[in-house]
This record gives sequence, structure tokens and C-alpha cells, in this order.
Amino acid sequence: MTTTTDAVVGYDDAIARFDPVMGLEVHVELNTATKMFCGCATVFGAEPNTHVCPVCLGLPGALPVVNRTAVESAIRIGLALNCSIADWCRFARKNYFYPDMPKNFQTSQYDEPIAFEGYLDVELDDGSTYRVDIERAHMEEDTGKSLHVGGATGRIQGAEYSLVDFNRAGIPLIEIVTKPLTGAGERAPEVARAYVSALRDLVKALGVSDVRMEQGSMRCDANVSLRAKAGDGGDQNAVPLGTRTETKNVNSLRSVERAIHYEICRHAAVLDSGASILQETRHWHEDTGATTSGRPKSDADDYRYFPEPDLVPVAPAAELVEQLRESLPEPPAKRRKRLQADWGYSDLEMRDVINAGAIDLIEQTVANGATAAGARKWWTGELARRANNEGKALEDFGVTTADIAALDGMVRDGRLNDSMARQVLDGVLAGEGRPTQVADARGLELVQDDGALEAAVDKVIAGNEAVADKVRAGKLNAAGALIGQVMKELKGQADAAKAREMILAKLT
Amino acid sequence: MSSLSRDEVAHVAMLARINLTDDELDTLAGQLDQIVGFVAAVGEIGVEDVPPMSHPLPLSNVTRPDVVRPSLDAAEALAGAPKAQAQRFAVPRILDEE
Repeated sequence: MTTTTDAVVGYDDAIARFDPVMGLEVHVELNTATKMFCGCATVFGAEPNTHVCPVCLGLPGALPVVNRTAVESAIRIGLALNCSIADWCRFARKNYFYPDMPKNFQTSQYDEPIAFEGYLDVELDDGSTYRVDIERAHMEEDTGKSLHVGGATGRIQGAEYSLVDFNRAGIPLIEIVTKPLTGAGERAPEVARAYVSALRDLVKALGVSDVRMEQGSMRCDANVSLRAKAGDGGDQNAVPLGTRTETKNVNSLRSVERAIHYEICRHAAVLDSGASILQETRHWHEDTGATTSGRPKSDADDYRYFPEPDLVPVAPAAELVEQLRESLPEPPAKRRKRLQADWGYSDLEMRDVINAGAIDLIEQTVANGATAAGARKWWTGELARRANNEGKALEDFGVTTADIAALDGMVRDGRLNDSMARQVLDGVLAGEGRPTQVADARGLELVQDDGALEAAVDKVIAGNEAVADKVRAGKLNAAGALIGQVMKELKGQADAAKAREMILAKLT
Repeated sequence: MSSLSRDEVAHVAMLARINLTDDELDTLAGQLDQIVGFVAAVGEIGVEDVPPMSHPLPLSNVTRPDVVRPSLDAAEALAGAPKAQAQRFAVPRILDEE
């Protein structure tokens, strides 16, 4: 393999002279119990080749049968994307040769997708909305997983041979394809990220997929092309589209944005040099922040699509479609607005909550009795910080929403101050029990006895006459030093607000 | 009348990974062209009132519930593999050296 560094031009320069057009293809792996066309389990991380059968291994004579739940999930995704649902559609064979595909064809859908012609309104960082038009959502199956042996990198390039595990082969996939996304201009990379993010939220709310990009249960291919600017008064949409490249398997939201940003800069450099863009796939490299050339893109005809003779058509009854429509959850964007209003968060606070992935957790914490402000402080502050340090997801953190509600309640009741509450959290995370148990066992409780507090305040004032004089002279900020002393005196278990009150009462 | 050129046959053979000699291509191109011609005869019958049929059985919505059924064990799955390693199917190098 040759490693060449492609020329790029600056982003602002590229955008000033070219109009980017994108097309996004997102694959969502459904979380059904079984595969698309057979009863093998769909378990992530199982021993290799233990969830395979004659159907998903493509053995002669095996007959596929469609998974009813997968069809319903596909319809629900289509409905949530405001698509029309086909009243009759078929599967098709997409023929190509690759060792991770045991049948030498992928069972997919071609010209009759189950869902088509929809849209998703996507909210951008500044609060404006971009409508992403959806061309289609169709059903297909995943491939196996290859392990490349030999060669220096463990990559397919330079490998001597490969080892294939077919556990993933046949897991239901829904491929969601946008129409060409135009008019985004300099915000094209942001639009792409916002779309994939909104789609992830939507599918997650439907409960039909884990949509974990890092585990590959949601994958994005990003098509990018540039065309000349129409110029003042010109009709940009009358300018023909440029040649596109397809960057494969971009596996995080940030990578979607970066990969498109990079391709815009690279295309502009190629076009500037007078050369033309080669229609090809590109591979995104997280480490270098660049793409490299993949393979030339085949025309659709080369796949020799034809209707799958082993499967009969899928014809969802209108009643079923309506029933599935009724079952759709509140759309995530609408839900966020409702919750933000209920919780009284500012736009900035709400964005932090969304970025931390803490909406569901805060909702449950509030349902368990916490205040909205308290729940937000815990999940986007202390817990997000700790989860980030340990590289864990918030929901995998070993602390329940009931625990956090209990902690919030103990702080509100004046039983714990913030630093003691953090110590209780340490105990909960260390497996010492629920918050009240930990507080009892560790002897963490604010001094409730006003006499003890008063004695400490008197002692501190007596020992710090110079500071006390400053407070007497009206420098209220100086009281902070005295409060610190009182806290020390009571081993941190004093209510700081109460101590402040008492000090000021005595000195002013 | 449709016809199938020698180049088209060569292209389809390439897609199907079938190596054909020039002689075989000449022979097959002629034969396949004839076969396409035979089938095209169907188009001369008046079939305007007959809906296209995609499947010999007039069925739709043959589905199964999403319930796990036993899989093969790995040894059974790999029994027919020409080569296996680490409980996986071993396959030749995927990309040619370039």
C-alpha cells in the first residue's frame, strides 16, 4: 500500500468557492433476539461461529424465513422518519463476492424498500432547524467479521490470510439513506453530525437498536461532492452535482463531522489542480484525521440485483401500520423541549445535559424525588467527570437514579453538605451500600446541634480577632476565612451556610 | 429484438468470477443470444392483462416469531470448511498486493 498525503485547501477557502452536497447512509443493527432470516441468537461478543446455522452460513438447500419483529421495527423506524410505508415489497439479492458474506450475495431490498420518502428535522447548535429529506429505509442483513492475519498492521492490507466469524452474518440491518443534502454550505459537517445524532436519539427512543456507534450497531457512510458556486443571483440547484466519494464506516459523531470537513478540503484541492474526483470509497482514519483511497465504486448494475426467490413478498396490512404508528414514542426533539420547560433549565444547561447523555437519567432521578437542579448538578457535574475519567458510560456507572435522588434529598434536608455527599458517593461506588447506609457506616452527618456549632464559632472568633475585626468593619468577605476554621473545627461536618449566618449575627 | 453482445457476456462472466477463454466466449455469446431470443418470444404474446408474477406461490407475509432456535455448534459449522483456525473459517488473502 502506498501512503500518500493528499493535498487539502483551507476549509474557509473551499467553502468560499464550492457548494458541498452530502448524502448519508446509516446502518442500524436491530436488537431483535434472532437474526433476519433464521433463529440464531444475535449476541454481541459470543465465541466465534457459535450462533450460526445452515441459513446464515449460506449452506445449500437452506431456506430463509423473515423475522416478524424485524419487519415491525423497520416499519416503526420508517414511520418515525415520516416515511410512507410500502403496502407490498420484496427482498432482493445483491450479488458480490467477499469472504465475510457466506452466500455470495446479501439479502437486501432494491427498488422496493419498505419505507420511502420521509424527512427528519434536525436541530443545529444555534437552535435553527435543517430538514433532512429521507429517500428510503430498507431491510437487509449484516455480514460476518474478519480477522486479518500476517502483515504488520493487523489490517487487511498486507495480510496473508483472514479468519471469518459468521456470528454477525444475518443480523437484521436497516439502512437509512438520505436524499442529497444541499444548501448547508459551511455548516455541512455540522448538519451531518446533527442528523446522525438525531437519528441515533430517534432509534434509541424507539427501542429497536442499541445504536452504539463504538460497538458498530450504528454505522455511517458519508458521501460528499463539491460543485461550483452559482454566483450572485444564480440558481445553485441548477448547478449539476460533482462526483462524489463515499467515506465508509465512520464510527463516532465527531468523526462524521471531521471526515466530511476533511473530504471537502481534499475535493477542493483536487478540483483546484484541474484534476477530477475519482468516484471511489474512502477509509477514515481517526488518528490522522484523514481519509485514504479505498476501491473504485461499482455502478449499481454490477451487483446484478434480482428479486429474492426464496422469500415471499412483505405486505404490511394498513391496520398493522396504524397500530405501529400508535405505538411510536414522543419524538426526542419534542420530548427535550417539554423536559427543558418542566425542569426550568437554560439552553446552555440543557445542551450540557444532552451532551452528557443524561436526559433519561435525570428524568428518572427527578421521578425518584430529586429536584431538577440537584439531578442536573450530579449527573452533568460530579458523575460525568468521574465517568469521563474512567472512560465509562454514565448508565454503566454502578450508581442508580434512586441513589442520586437519595443523595440530593440528604443534602436538601441538611443532613449532608456537598463534600460529605461526595464521600457518600465514593462509598456507594465502592459497593458499601445505599447512600443512607454509607452515611451511617462512615459517620457522615452534619452537626445538627446548634450548641456545638455556636461553641465552635465562638472559639474561632476568639482565636482570630484580627479577621473578626475586618468583618465587624463591614468586610463581609472576610467571614469566609472564619467559616473555613469552623468547618475544620467540626471536621467538615458543619453546615457552612448556617455557620456563616451565625458568624455574621455575632459580628454585625 | 434484444441481443446479447460478446462484450456483455464477458462482463457478466467477470462479475460471476467465471474465467472464459476467447473460444468459449464466442460459443457462449452465440448460445446465450439464442436463449435470450427464445425467451423474448414470450413478449410477443398479449399479456397486458396479466400482472407480473414474482413468485410461483401466491403468498405474502410468511414470517416467524423472534424466538431463538438452536444453532450449530462451532465444530459442526466448520466441518465443511477447507481450512479453519481459531474456530474461524480461514480464507485466502482478500486484497491482492498492489
